[in-house]
Order: sequence, then C-alpha cells, then structure tokens
Amino acid sequence: MTLHPLLAALRRHKAGVVLIALQIALTLAIVCNAVFIIGSRIERIHRPSGLNESDLFMVSQHWVGAPTGDDQATTDKLDSLLQADVATLRSLPDVESVTPINSLPLANSTWSGGASTKPDEKNEPAHVAYYFGGKDMLKTLGAHLAAGRDFTDDEIRHQAVRAPNQPVITIISQALADKLFPDHDALGKAIYFDGGNKPATIVGIVERLQTPSVESWANDFAWNTALIPTRLDGGSSRYAVRARPGRLNEAMKAATEALYKANPMRVFYLDGKGARAFSDIRANTYRADRGMAILMGVICLILLAVTGAGIVGLTSFWVGQRHKQIGVRRALGARKLDILRYFQAENLLIAGGGALAGIVLAIGLNLWLMHRFEMDRIPVVYVLLGVAVVLALGQLAVFAPARRAANVPPVVATRSV
Amino acid sequence: MFAYYLDLALRSLRRSPGLTALMVLTIAFGVAASMTAWSVFRAVSGDPIPWKSAQLHVPQVDMWGPSGRSPDSTDNDPPNALDYNDAVALMRDHRAKLQSAMYAIGPSVVPADAAKHPIQTGGHAVFGEFFAMVDVPFKYGSGWSATDDEHRAQVAVISAKLNEKVFDGANSVGKMLNIEGRDYRVVGVIGDWNPQPRFYDVVNTGGFASESEDLYVPFNTAISAGMSNDGNTNCSVVPEAGFEGLQRSSCVWIAYMAQLDDAAAVDAYRNYLEGFARTRYTGWAPNVRLRNLPDWLDHEHVVPSDTKVSLLIALGLLLVCLVNTAGLLLAKFLRRSSEIGVRRALGAPRLAIYAQFLTEGAVIGLTGGVLGLVLTGIGVASVALVLPRDIANLAHLDVSLLATTLVVSVLASLLAALYPTFRAARVVPAWQLKSN
Repeated sequence: MTLHPLLAALRRHKAGVVLIALQIALTLAIVCNAVFIIGSRIERIHRPSGLNESDLFMVSQHWVGAPTGDDQATTDKLDSLLQADVATLRSLPDVESVTPINSLPLANSTWSGGASTKPDEKNEPAHVAYYFGGKDMLKTLGAHLAAGRDFTDDEIRHQAVRAPNQPVITIISQALADKLFPDHDALGKAIYFDGGNKPATIVGIVERLQTPSVESWANDFAWNTALIPTRLDGGSSRYAVRARPGRLNEAMKAATEALYKANPMRVFYLDGKGARAFSDIRANTYRADRGMAILMGVICLILLAVTGAGIVGLTSFWVGQRHKQIGVRRALGARKLDILRYFQAENLLIAGGGALAGIVLAIGLNLWLMHRFEMDRIPVVYVLLGVAVVLALGQLAVFAPARRAANVPPVVATRSV
Repeated sequence: MFAYYLDLALRSLRRSPGLTALMVLTIAFGVAASMTAWSVFRAVSGDPIPWKSAQLHVPQVDMWGPSGRSPDSTDNDPPNALDYNDAVALMRDHRAKLQSAMYAIGPSVVPADAAKHPIQTGGHAVFGEFFAMVDVPFKYGSGWSATDDEHRAQVAVISAKLNEKVFDGANSVGKMLNIEGRDYRVVGVIGDWNPQPRFYDVVNTGGFASESEDLYVPFNTAISAGMSNDGNTNCSVVPEAGFEGLQRSSCVWIAYMAQLDDAAAVDAYRNYLEGFARTRYTGWAPNVRLRNLPDWLDHEHVVPSDTKVSLLIALGLLLVCLVNTAGLLLAKFLRRSSEIGVRRALGAPRLAIYAQFLTEGAVIGLTGGVLGLVLTGIGVASVALVLPRDIANLAHLDVSLLATTLVVSVLASLLAALYPTFRAARVVPAWQLKSN
C-alpha cells in the first residue's frame, strides 16, 4: 500500500486529524506520567522495612502525672514504671518478646541526628535516625544481623528522654556503614553522633532497617539507622511487642488490658486503643501513596476509555462519509482486507504522529513536575510503554468501524443517492 | 427562537444516540474527575481565616547563624520556629497589637469521676491574646487575662468536646479540671471551632487534623508545670539535658504569631525584628522574615504536592475530554453540511447557525453536567476511602461545588463546540446545494 492516497485523504479533513492526534498526544503525556507515579508509589509502598513485620505490634501510652524526668531520681522513678510495664507485657502467654523503644520504622515519630567517623564534626557526613531500646530489641524487631553481635543484657543503660545521646556501643544499618566507611569494614570502628566527642563502638551491623519517617525531609537518609542500647525514660513510652506466631490479635488485646490492670493511671495513644499491629502502621503510613496510585489509575482508565471511544466515534463518522468512495474502491477490485488495512494504516499514521508529539509532551510534563513537585525523572521505558499502549488502543478502537467499512458492498458505487 | 434551536438540537442529538451518549459521557467523566480533584484541592488550600489572614504574621529569627544551616539550603531562610529565649523576649517587648508564642502540649486529663479513665488530650500552651487574635468563638466564658499570664495562673480553656466528656456539656466556667495531677480553673469553653489547616501552628500539626484541639493553658503556667513539648524540636547544637536545658538552648520548638493591622504596622514590626536580631545575634547579619499567613502557609507547603499533582492530572483529563468532544462535534456538524446549506440559502444569517450549534453544544454540556454531578458525588465519596483521613474528611459536596460542576461542564462543551460551529457557519451554501 502506498502512503500517497492515505495522506491525500487525510488532508481533506485536517481539523479532525489534528484533533485526534492532539488527543492521543495529550493522552500519552498524561498516561505516561500517571503510570510513572503509580509505579514509583507501588515501589515505595512495597519496600521492606527490615523488620520481621508479621506478629509485631506497638503499644504507646502515657503515665498520667508522670514526673518530667529531668533529674536522676525522677528518671529512676520513670524507669521503674517502664520496667514494670515491660515485665507485665513479657509475662503474657501470647507474647514472645518485648522491648521498650522510642519509635518503629514507619511509625513517624523520629529522633534523628548526624553521624561521623570523626569527633566534634560540625557538618556530619550522614544523617541518621536512632532507635533507643532495651533488652531483646533486635530479637523483637526481627531485623537481620549481617555482621557482629547483638547487645548483651548488661550493656543496656537508661537515661532521661531529653538527655544527650552518648552511647558506648551501637548497632548500625548496612546503609549507614556503607556511607561512613565506604572502603572498609565498619565493624569494631568508632562512630560519633550529633557532633559529639564520645566515640561509640560499632558492635553489629543490621542488613536493613528503615527510618520511622517516610516524609520528604527524611528521604535522603531512609536507611541510615542506629540502634542504641538505652531505655529512654519520659512521661510517655512505646513498646514493640512480638506475639507468638498467629496470636497477634489475642496478644494485642491482652497487652492493653494487662497494662490497665497493672496501673490504671495512664492514657493510651493510637486513637485511644493503645496497641496497633505493624500491618496497620504500614497501611496508615502509606495511605497517601496508595491513594495517589489509585487516583492516578482511575484517571488513566477514564483517559484511555475516552480516547478509545473518541477514535471509534470519529472513524465511524469517516466511514459513513466515505461510504461511496469505499464502494467505488470495492467495485474496482479492492478486497475487504484492503479496506480494513486502509483504515488501520490511516489510524496508525495519525496515532503515530500523535505519539511523536506525545513523547515530547510527556517529557515536558515530567520536567515541569520535577521542577515544581520534586518528582523523579521518568525512565524511558515508561514513555515507550505509553507509546505502545496508545498505538494498540488506536488499532483496537479502529477495528470495529474499519470492519464495518470493509463490509460496504461494491454496489453502493452505482447507487446515485 | 431559542426554543426552536433547542428543538433542533434535541432532534439532532436523538438522530445519533450513540454519538450523543459518547459526548455526554466524555463531558461527564472529564468534569467529574476534575471536580473531585478540585474538591480536595479546595479543601486543603482554603484560607482558614479569610477575614484576617492578611493581618496575621509569623516572625522568624535566625538564631543559629550561617553555620546552623544545612549545606544544601538555598534560600537562607531562618528556622521555621523560635527558641524559648527569643519567643519570651518577643512576648516581653510586645510590639504587635496582639501576639502569642505557643507550643504543642499533650497532657492527660483526669475526670473527677474516679470510674472514668484518664483522657488523652491535645492542645497548645498559649498567651491570653491568642484567643482574640485568631478569633476563637466561645460557647461559655472567655480566654484569660494578661495578669493571668503574668502570674502563671492555673487556668484553662477547653473544647466543647472535652467539656462534654468531663462536665457532661454543662457550663463548666469556674469549675476545676485536673490536668496531669494539677487543678486548673476552667475559664472558657470553645464553641464549634476546628480551623483547617491549623494555621496558628502548622509546623507542629503538619497542617491538617481531623480532631479539634481539646485544651489551651497559659504558656508560662505550662512551662512552670514542666508540661513538655508535644511537637517538633529542632536543634543546631545538642542541648543540655532536661526540659530546662531545652529552654536554655537554641533549639527551636515554639510557634509565634502576631497581628499587624496595616502596612505601617508591618513595616514597624519588621524594623523592630531586624533590630532585635542585630542586638541579640552579633555574629552574623540580621536575618529575619515576617510573612503574612497566606505566604507562610505557602512557604510551609501546607497543601500536599500530591493534591496539586492530582488536580493537574485531572485537569489534563478534562482537556482531553474537551478535545475529544470537539472532534466528535466537528464530525457531527459537518455531516449536516447540506442541512446548513439549505438553511443558509433560505436566508439564515451566520449568527443563526452559531446560535443553533452552540445551543446543541450547551445541551450536551448540561446533560453531561447533570450526569457529572452524580459522578462527582461518587468521586468525592470514594476519595474519602483512599486519601489520608485528615485530608479526606475535609473534601465535601456543597452547593458551590455542584454549581461549579454544572457551569464548568456547560462552559467546557461550549468551548468544545466553538471550532466545530465556526466551521459549520462557514459552509458555503452553493456547494452543498449543488453536490446532490
């Protein structure tokens, strides 16, 4: 088939062709970027936190009228309250292990600082989020130790929540180790936190452990974490609790009941419930991302449906308009297949033109979104995928009207009206 | 004449029901998607206190100096909160008409009835001027006086909800409330008030919160009681231990708002602020900001960028729907070229052709709009299921949204019909009459 008659025919209804091509270009630009947003959100939602997330839950509470905990006596008083709670939780039959902890991955509340290999560093090379916990911290979190060892029970200290962070030993994440010690093994090395001059020895490295916050300010250090063997004593406390396999709900219910029973002068956080399964913390934290992915998905579907329907409508009209010409071609010996091919080729030409413009628009839109909304650069594969989708959509949409065109009988050519 | 065009339009639309349905659906979906996104955007970008937002200002002072700034900071903006010393000094100087330093608190309240569990609350420690400054509506009583602030009086203003929980909704002014083991006298109960975003302290509240705040106590009283900060603390240098150490430090954790009624007052305050920074921080050039509330909300990125991107993408969808409708209308109108030719030959002016075809466009728009209303309703209800709760709760249907939906869809379809109508009006009658 030669291109010439195709182009000549298209020139006769320029406006319609331009409108369809424009629509395809816009569709491509929007779909590419929307699908890219969906893809990056799904990737974000599914990145593992480094915890063993099943059977894990968090308890969060506040002791009413608790001392502020600034001097040693009140710090000790708060610590005994904390220890009592831990003992209460540990004694429950459905509980496997417990640790007091200041926060959990995805739980949002963050204590972060700077980490350096040198003392008294003003601008530390790495940002880091701390997890302060007690006995069984690593075991309860279920984070995987890549090298070194866990804390021993007699290495655990306690301090007021507002005291400076000056541990003697620490376990850090592999990401932080790689950042601070790119060339050699971090194990056994000294690390300085928050521009201080007291070294902490790295006794262990965990494979992966996410920071508590997934908000944009914490993006650049999402995997830089350090475990500190210190119980923090303040008016409020959090506990990470690992239930026995399959006993999560029972353990959660028992935990808050037992704590209330042991000491009723407390209020529970987490919507007043006091306990939240880690799966709910995860769902809650990524709710915005999930919502955005769903929204973009719905918009893509509507967009493709509208564009597809538009192509069907316009092609149908063209078929009707060229009824007579089709009849003439058929009478002159064109096969049904030739007519079908003609409309398919015509659509491919228009959609191809639209797609070319669409690629430019898609990249332009992405650049603009990058500039305004800190979006990432769109990978070429999304654009190519988008092109394939709109071309396929065009062929699919044109098929029904094109087949109707192919079924126009040659006798039409001889009818006068 | 309009009735005639309407009749023509309806006849024409009935003649090709498939194409008509397609155009109506296109308009309806396009409008509904953008209206749904708009409802969310409108909810989060609205001015929480429109009658006063231009007067409310947030001062910023650079207490850290250039060395406290992150190396990748480009705008040289001072920290977005104040440290304790600066906040107290600004309050002491008292240069604005009304002003308040404030910080987030989360104390628990113990009901007098021993059978009830303690209640976890959230609120702010503020100065007495806060209530007049942000126009807090009182159901009972009022805020506290400057003397109460000065004398660290144990007084409290509570929300209607907390009043309901603790005092069964009765007028509790004068009654005692046990907060963290200390007795506070209730001086006011706030009526229905839950501004979104929580403009007076967006740094600590993140902007939006579905629950209203329960409790306000005097700033100085809260400090004396050791009521700790429930919001963010940002430090350039590690502070000394304890809540008192925090108060001595340059860590920022206190929000501040001042009411400045006119440009002269704003200028005077800005000068004062520069002088304040110059005398207190001699190591670097005074670096201060004084933004009014809308600028401040913008600077703090209170509107989530997801909401903006969604709106943009949805508007893109509407644009595609417009182009689509334009294409279909073009086809439809030009198919009737012979009809137009006859009308023109019989003396109809171009204007009449315009009127006829734009009427047809408007009919499609109106029908699409009505369907769009239903779809927008479904859309707004469904975003509540997928968006973060704090934001989703704010998006709602109201008369103005419904009216906008109809207007947008009629305008959109008129816009889409414009070019096709232009083409239709230019049909040359002689050609059409000849060709058959």
